[in-house]
Amino acid sequence: MRALTWHGKHDVRVETVPDPQILNPRDAIIQITSTAICGSDLHLYDHYIPTLKSGDILGHEFMGEVVEVGPGNQKLKVGERVVVPFVIACGKCFFCERQQFSACDNSNPADDADMSDTLYGYPMTGAFGYSHLTGGYPGGQAEYVRVPFSDVGPIVIPDGIDDEKVLFLSDILPTGWMAAENCQIQDGDIVAVWGCGPVGLFAIQSALVMGAHRVIAIDHYPHRLDLAKSMGAEVINFEEVDVREALVEMTGGIGPDSCIDAVGMESHGFTADNVLDKAKAAVGLATDRPHALRQVILACRKGGHVSIPGVYGGMADKFPIGALMEKGLFVASGQTHVQKYTEPLLKLILEDKLDTTFLISHRLPLEQAAHGYKIFKEEQNTVTKVVLHPGMTQVH
Amino acid sequence: MAEKISHTQYGDAPLSTAHNLDTTGVNEQGLEARPGDHLIGRTVTINRPRQELYEFWRDLRNLPLFMQNIRRITVSDGNRSHWVVEAPGDAQVEWDSILTQDEPGSLLAWESVEGASIRNSGRIEFRDSTNGRGTIVTATIVYDPPAGNLGRMVAKLFEKEPHIQARRDLRRFKQLMEAGEVATSSPPNPPPKA
Repeated sequence: MRALTWHGKHDVRVETVPDPQILNPRDAIIQITSTAICGSDLHLYDHYIPTLKSGDILGHEFMGEVVEVGPGNQKLKVGERVVVPFVIACGKCFFCERQQFSACDNSNPADDADMSDTLYGYPMTGAFGYSHLTGGYPGGQAEYVRVPFSDVGPIVIPDGIDDEKVLFLSDILPTGWMAAENCQIQDGDIVAVWGCGPVGLFAIQSALVMGAHRVIAIDHYPHRLDLAKSMGAEVINFEEVDVREALVEMTGGIGPDSCIDAVGMESHGFTADNVLDKAKAAVGLATDRPHALRQVILACRKGGHVSIPGVYGGMADKFPIGALMEKGLFVASGQTHVQKYTEPLLKLILEDKLDTTFLISHRLPLEQAAHGYKIFKEEQNTVTKVVLHPGMTQVH
Repeated sequence: MAEKISHTQYGDAPLSTAHNLDTTGVNEQGLEARPGDHLIGRTVTINRPRQELYEFWRDLRNLPLFMQNIRRITVSDGNRSHWVVEAPGDAQVEWDSILTQDEPGSLLAWESVEGASIRNSGRIEFRDSTNGRGTIVTATIVYDPPAGNLGRMVAKLFEKEPHIQARRDLRRFKQLMEAGEVATSSPPNPPPKA
């Protein structure tokens, strides 16, 4: 089959690779119809995440048709259309029983689990196409993908619903939703969102659905700020104003009740701390550039909630622990428990209460995936989301 | 006279977590250790009933399903079994082992027979968690690192990161018992790249 493979920093290629096979009883094989490039794929593209191997197939936002089901899966049927969560979860362990699917104990192969066990104290869950820290599972930017524990993750989509309406149930919609949920929004709350990429925009949408009084969005790409505005957010361009001053003024001196870091480890912005972070990351003294997160913690009101859906992988310098402690902030974070949210969010989509299609700016054949990465990386103002279609020949 | 393993001198932490292993403690766990022996201990919680886990482990032929280095285990008569374990360089190490304790549903302990190439003993305990989280499984292995060529081979096998093999094996045991399969991300013998 054809698949997008990683070979090094800014080197991804569509190649012919072996077709996936059923390896375990609960597996299924899905023929991909739509697969997206995620902002977090850019962390792989930029080689900010370690443990990638040359030839790894990327991609963790995908959907398609079930073409083969293992003998241990009594739920899925060949021919069903499914969206697959990026987090691989067994459904049986302590964490899955508590719906903390992204903490599943059993989906990361035992040998790969050593790395995160050492890095983070306990082994991380498995995930598709996201390095060997999360198990080295081949991803879904391909014609076919093997889905482990396929009786737990994939959600069946009713006939007649377009791929584009439901594709983002695989990651970014639940991720934006959980980010807002982690804010524990109360009546009258003002939520500030750093980053108007896909997760930030869905977090804005989710916060408003959950009853936030106002949402203030922060970015520097005019087109992305326009999208945020069209969804009902007030916007701040961090290249034009001092973000903390602006937030103090716009919240009547109290500060935002909740702050969401939808930026993560590759924060932009020409500030002293960020330039230093970039230099340290370049020489390996630190791995993450947490400029946005510092601002989030400093800007949040006393006793407020900090929600971190943005991806971090290693160590960060100059973390404002004093502000965190002295202001009594509540912090919630984590990879998304996708399986917990797919059903309720599908319902909201079918009821037209959530729309995710506005985000898609580019539709490309899988064969042009490398080009998709390049433009998503280099033209972030206009390229808000790239969806790839295996088998597609025309660019729409 | 063999010394025995127990908890650390102060506190409730198991001896396997001690900075410096002191084998001269008092035996509370039934294992014997001699000075110079190495100790591996690891605990996992498995979300399955104690009896089920015990029974799976009691049938020693199941162990290679999740213990990666074991080529095969044959049960000869009664409590005696023969272990064939992979070693680096396509070699293998073999020994006979005797079941020394068998408390159905809660405990199994074994010891290599006199003259084994790697003297080892161990136990696997199954306890109900007191907070309703399933079964707490603790594996403890004591072994005597042999000298000579074999010693160097075994050192490669166990010594560099002595806890890692036990940790991985227990993870696979947990996966098999809870999820019904051992997680893997690649075919056993991946075909050459096209």
